[in-house]
Amino acid sequence: MTGSIAAIGMGLAVIGAGIGVGTIGGKAMEAIARQPEAVGDIRANMILTAALVEGAALIALLLSYLSA
Amino acid sequence: MRTFAAIFKKMIKFRQILICKKLIFTLLFSYGLLTGQSQQEGQGAQHTESADHAAQDAHPGQEGHHEFDPASTAFHHISDQNIYSIGPFNIPLPCLLYTKGQGWDIFSSSRFGFDGYGHGDGHKAYQQFVLHEGQVMRVQDPSFPTDEVEIQGFTAKEEADDKGKKIEIPYVLYQGHEYRLDKKSTADGGLFGGGLTSFYDFSLGKNAISMLIVCLLLGWMFISIAGTYRRNPGRAPKGLQNMMEMVILFIRDEVAKPFIGAKWEKFFPFLLSLFFFILGLNLFGQVPFFGGSNVTGNLSVTMVLALLAFILTTVNGNKHYWQHILWMPGVPAWVKTILTPVEILGIFIKPLTLMLRLFANITAGHMTLVVFVSLIFIFGKSGQNVPASLGASVGSGLLSIFMMAIELLVAFIQAYVFTLLTASYLGAATEEHHHAEEKPH
Repeated sequence: MTGSIAAIGMGLAVIGAGIGVGTIGGKAMEAIARQPEAVGDIRANMILTAALVEGAALIALLLSYLSA
Repeated sequence: MRTFAAIFKKMIKFRQILICKKLIFTLLFSYGLLTGQSQQEGQGAQHTESADHAAQDAHPGQEGHHEFDPASTAFHHISDQNIYSIGPFNIPLPCLLYTKGQGWDIFSSSRFGFDGYGHGDGHKAYQQFVLHEGQVMRVQDPSFPTDEVEIQGFTAKEEADDKGKKIEIPYVLYQGHEYRLDKKSTADGGLFGGGLTSFYDFSLGKNAISMLIVCLLLGWMFISIAGTYRRNPGRAPKGLQNMMEMVILFIRDEVAKPFIGAKWEKFFPFLLSLFFFILGLNLFGQVPFFGGSNVTGNLSVTMVLALLAFILTTVNGNKHYWQHILWMPGVPAWVKTILTPVEILGIFIKPLTLMLRLFANITAGHMTLVVFVSLIFIFGKSGQNVPASLGASVGSGLLSIFMMAIELLVAFIQAYVFTLLTASYLGAATEEHHHAEEKPH
């Protein structure tokens, strides 16, 4: 077994981002179900928010890559 | 209404043709994938055989040294190269190299005498440069001859770097001696295992060539579309023009207008160029057996794109934008002392995440594909276990098709997200003041 503890840190960050993106997607589905006519706005904002959450995971990826 | 119905009918017809074409394409593609993989398998088998011979010759009894390493294979396949591979065939590209103290060397990579069919290892050294796994490397030792000489092969040794981390250093074999090889200089300052070495590579590599091809393709497409608009103005668009108009209107109505606001027209050309450039490169990198170029999965490329967004945001930022960063109105003073550093950091983190998002998504996709193909070698023990590798070929072929479908989606989403976020940053920078609630009446 080789590797570094940075990989575990990356995994933890991905768990966080996964929960975040999952919540965003789920809530967006609920919102679309409630108001199907607003699907365009909801989708754009959903992707924007998901991209921001993903950004946090990517910074963690970079940091773990640098410290590995 | 009638025109709508006609267009709808046409679309249905078009769709049927598309579905038919899709089926044929899928069949052809899966056939190509399988045969391509069996070819690679053959190569893998030869590889191990010669590797085994070498292992027996060099270190008798030492096993497991030439084990298949999917991570390094993946990194090799996503990196820039000095040859262009279409399927298994290699095409030479121009090399433009600068060595400290020696000046410029300009020649074609066909000088290295690599096989037209294979893995991109050169059989010749030229001006102390060699071609190893498609990349130009330089012999450090000054006693190595400078003219064209035959080399016997390559090997690698594990060495510890200054931080104590073990890295593989490539060596070239020439007349019974091993010469240490330098990789090209990279600007990462050693962060990603690169750093400044004895030479700089300014070649027109695989990535640059792919970028040129995509730019020519996009240029041809949009100039022809512009011509159609000029020839019959005010008429319903058709064909390619129709498709592009749909995408352009989508960017205008869903991205530019809502996220930038009043000044959207000023930034619309930039957003469109960004979107089509990224999308074109993403899709070009997806074409199987056509180089598999990883241009948008290259940090330098995404860095330049993010830098453009950063410069535009900073230059166009109005006084409200800077006020909100430096001294946020409407919050207590002690909160401002915390907010201001965070906001200033935010200016730089925004383009940084833009750069990393595109890079990580595209690179991850390409690497996953390579790892799926690597399953064949892992299960088949690099060709020693033929039935297992045949079984894994089918499985990994299906997995690869699935992954390519997802990557097709990612190609669009990432181009869209990059454009959308750039638009929202530009919108935040140019937004006019409308905080009516802050003003005391």
